[in-house]
Amino acid sequence: MATTAHTEAPGGHKGTFPPFDSHTFASQLVWLVITFVLLYVVLAKVALPRVGGIIAERQKRIDDDLAQANSFKTQSDSAIAAYEKALADARNRAQSIANDMREKQTAEAESVRKKIEDQFNVKLADAEKAIAATKQAAMANVRGIATDAAKAIVERLTGKAPADTAIDAAITDVLKR
Amino acid sequence: MAVDPIHQFQIIDLFPVFKIGNTEIAFTNSAAYMVAAVLVITAFLIVGTAKRSLVPGRVQSTAELTYEFVANTIRSTAGTEGMRFFPFVFALFTFILTVNIIGLIPYAFTVTTHIIVTAMLALSVFLTVLVYGFWKHGLHFFNLFVPKGIPVYILPLIVFIEVLSFLSRPISHSVRLFANMLAGHITLKVFASFITLLGSAGIIGMAGATLPLAMVVALTALELLVAFLQAYVFAILTCIYLNDAIHPGH
Repeated sequence: MATTAHTEAPGGHKGTFPPFDSHTFASQLVWLVITFVLLYVVLAKVALPRVGGIIAERQKRIDDDLAQANSFKTQSDSAIAAYEKALADARNRAQSIANDMREKQTAEAESVRKKIEDQFNVKLADAEKAIAATKQAAMANVRGIATDAAKAIVERLTGKAPADTAIDAAITDVLKR
Repeated sequence: MAVDPIHQFQIIDLFPVFKIGNTEIAFTNSAAYMVAAVLVITAFLIVGTAKRSLVPGRVQSTAELTYEFVANTIRSTAGTEGMRFFPFVFALFTFILTVNIIGLIPYAFTVTTHIIVTAMLALSVFLTVLVYGFWKHGLHFFNLFVPKGIPVYILPLIVFIEVLSFLSRPISHSVRLFANMLAGHITLKVFASFITLLGSAGIIGMAGATLPLAMVVALTALELLVAFLQAYVFAILTCIYLNDAIHPGH
């Protein structure tokens, strides 16, 4: 093996392929163990929990934000539902109030109409009664007038007063026709 | 010395630190790059997330992407139970990735071009699988080697193959990373040395040197992909092996 190295390292022997030079093994092993164990301890105790903590913190923050957004969405959804329910309720109530009102007014109008009709009927009946009474009275008067008239006519024509019975009979006979 | 493609793998002692028995443990260039990788990863993850912003900036976003990427890799291959190995897999992935990418900087040293490093990493995975497997499942862990629905007369053969493949895992696991990084860096260095060789040979040589230069540019892009891919392959194989420890029944 061609070696042109002038610097003869204390551990390295001329002519030996350095990676297989067993004289350097002890120091390499010692330093490897020291540095690697140091690295392991620093990583396990400080560095990795730190980086992992940062990542977990960010993940937690994202999850929290998502959960919050979700709860806000649920809240707004329920608010919309409540609003729509209130709207529907109000509409229903308005409808029922309108219906009630209409029914009430119809009933009122009906009763008023009935009352007036009844009053009219009563007045009508009274009037008819009055008419009948007047008619009867008039009819009763007709006989008297006829009797008197017939008596006067006959008296004027014949010069003598006829018998009341004959006139009565004659008038009754006439009224019968 | 610039034309020696092996020189870049040289381990150089910077200063001695302590002794284990008779062996001097020095702070080497390799150790410096390992420390650099740890610092880069730590800065990337901690300084990059300093603001802890809800809407991440560039560095924080990249850190989070890396986190999610490794976490998803584990979850998809080893299930949510595999997440207890998350720091381990994350450390392996980022360490190998950082070391590989730093190694692509010219004149830098690549830690993973040494078999002892990749072998150690692979062995740590292998031992984790063994220890966790036996701790969690006891002797049921051996079910791993006995696939269900296999006729009895070929079962011994199958079990033998399964055990052999299990034992060879750390070897293939480590050699794959090591060989890829080593070969890539040697190739880069060889083509780079062609540029200097041709470039020193006058005008025509300079014109010819553009060819290996273009090649080096293309290879660097490829090596960047390999650097990521090998780190990812190492991590995903780790997950698959850990999955065996978590769910030994096939």
